[in-house]
Amino acid sequence: MPGAPMAKTATPESEIEIVVDDPTAPAENSPAVTTAHTVEIVVYALLLALALLLAFDNWRSGMGWAKDGPQSGYLPFYLCVILAGACLFGLGVAFRQRTMAATTFVTRDQLLRVMQVFVPTFLFCVLVQWLGLYVASFLLVAGFMRLIGRIALWKSLLTSLLFTLIMFSTFELAFDVIMPKGPLEAAFGR
Amino acid sequence: MEALTLLLHGFAVLLTWKILAMMMIGLVLGIFVGVLPGLGGPNGVAILLPLTFTMDPTTAIVMLSCIYWGALFGGAITSILFNIPGEAWSVATTFDGYPMAQQGKAAEALTAAFTSSFIGSLVAVLLITFLAPRIASFALRFGPPEFFAVYLLTFCSFVGLGREAKHKTVISMVVGLLLAAVGMDTVSGQLRMTFGFDPLLRGVNFLVAVIGLFGISEILLTMEERLALRGHAAAISLRVVLKVWREMPRYWVTLLRSSVIGCWLGITPGGAIAASFMGYNMAKRFSKDPASFGKGRIEGVFAPETAAHASGTAALLPMLALGIPGSGTAAILLGGLMVWGLNPGPLLFVEHKDFVWGLIASMYLGNVVGLVIVLTTVPIFASVLRIPFAAVAPMIIVSCAIGAYAIQNAMFDVWLMLLFGVVGYVFKKIGIPLAPFTLALVLGNRSEDAFRLAMIGAGGDLRVFWSNGLVGSITTLAFTLLFWPLIGRMFESAGRLLRPGRS
Repeated sequence: MPGAPMAKTATPESEIEIVVDDPTAPAENSPAVTTAHTVEIVVYALLLALALLLAFDNWRSGMGWAKDGPQSGYLPFYLCVILAGACLFGLGVAFRQRTMAATTFVTRDQLLRVMQVFVPTFLFCVLVQWLGLYVASFLLVAGFMRLIGRIALWKSLLTSLLFTLIMFSTFELAFDVIMPKGPLEAAFGR
Repeated sequence: MEALTLLLHGFAVLLTWKILAMMMIGLVLGIFVGVLPGLGGPNGVAILLPLTFTMDPTTAIVMLSCIYWGALFGGAITSILFNIPGEAWSVATTFDGYPMAQQGKAAEALTAAFTSSFIGSLVAVLLITFLAPRIASFALRFGPPEFFAVYLLTFCSFVGLGREAKHKTVISMVVGLLLAAVGMDTVSGQLRMTFGFDPLLRGVNFLVAVIGLFGISEILLTMEERLALRGHAAAISLRVVLKVWREMPRYWVTLLRSSVIGCWLGITPGGAIAASFMGYNMAKRFSKDPASFGKGRIEGVFAPETAAHASGTAALLPMLALGIPGSGTAAILLGGLMVWGLNPGPLLFVEHKDFVWGLIASMYLGNVVGLVIVLTTVPIFASVLRIPFAAVAPMIIVSCAIGAYAIQNAMFDVWLMLLFGVVGYVFKKIGIPLAPFTLALVLGNRSEDAFRLAMIGAGGDLRVFWSNGLVGSITTLAFTLLFWPLIGRMFESAGRLLRPGRS
């Protein structure tokens, strides 16, 4: 049970011991997937492309100086110029430092754990569109606890159900915040 | 004193059952998010913001600022008991706080941390009470050129004084400004950078970006780490509290020094992180026994906590008086003000007296009540850490999604939030700071409007930014700060040339 409580030793003077273990923690010696150096270069290149794209759009919508001040593309255009300049500078710095010891951006174990959160989050966002937010969040919490946290099925289902009901009553009933809804809510006429 | 009368009025606004109840809920939720791994002040406020959309602005801001105070208090619990700083500004607290806990003096360390946070915030709130109305009434005379100069000063000081590599700060800020410009141009009505894509017409919402950048990315970062922890949580007895309080006056110099450092760095964009380290280092340097720091000295808890909280609170001063947030969390509160249709800035003190003074009064009351809550309930909140992260993480993700959707009822925003989560994760790992981005995104439209209104008023003449003493000196100061690293280096080399013998 990763992240689950391991011991509840009662010690005197109303002191409680809190021990949480993490057996699936990423190993220290896990091989690096990529270095921060490489990622930095990729990010600068992407931002440079973005700067050029946006600069083109602003140039199209008018980047000149009218009688009464700048046209609507003026400020964004020059912001793009600054962004492009900063990216080129960053690329220059990064290439010059190539010989330096590369720091790890993410190890394989770490990436695996990050994906364990990212993929379910992505699926959740997809499901919200079809099932509505509340059903999707029930599935996310229960599924995540059971499959990734390996917490007992009944605990996962109960926690998830309670959480979803609390969310529903807080936002839908108490505060009137409208959320995407799906077939289940429709069946109850809401 | 006019400020005192208005402050009393503020207390009168607060003292309704509804607001007091919301205050308690805010504090408890705040401590909760402060204790949980992967959550902290700015994320907590951003995620819980949608809860307040249907409240009236005063209740909402009181609840949100209480979440913030609660998160600040909660961060100290994990730093001291488990050596896990919930926030970057709690790192300095662990230096002496955790050794104290290991020596069985956890209760003393916690009391010291909570009390000094309280003192730091109190000093900053006093400063806000008496200084903010004056700055605001002075700023009422500002026209668009002056406002643009102040915005420019904020942006430039971030670049010039920030600790990160300059090009990374510039990139972060410019991307924020560009995203703020996406959508309908407020002056000419023209569409910019939408590429014919309808959901972009409204632009990129600031709060959606913040929830992604701080909420989702923080979950991703937390998962990377080893989530194991071990520690003891003890109830704090009244005897210990009184003992620490009796000792406290001995350290008044440290407390005062840290408060001043915190207030100064909070108002200027130095931030709570710098403040806590500076407070700690100054206390160590001026101490008669510097070697005892880091081994469980109570002064080493007082110094950083006071500074961090003075700074976190003082960051609200420029937000209230000028509409310029001094920290990431202040920027999020500012985003909240705009959601409720309030226009942050000096006019707030004139048009929304109830709101402003209610908020200031809530800072006093929230800190007192928060202090009492944390002192009495530490073991309960420490056991929150027993909840497995596998249960906490999906709940936070759901809350983020609810928040992002609720702002404009748009599914597109949920996808945008996910995108910003990835961007925040990558940016944090390669050292691109997120604070300039947040600031630029929230101030982008307002500074552009100020610039263009100034231009329209002056007939397109850039000299308007040096047209009178006030605006001229702010603009000049802005450029000085922007090139400060260069200027500083010039002074240094000039000094070396003049006195070649000494170096």
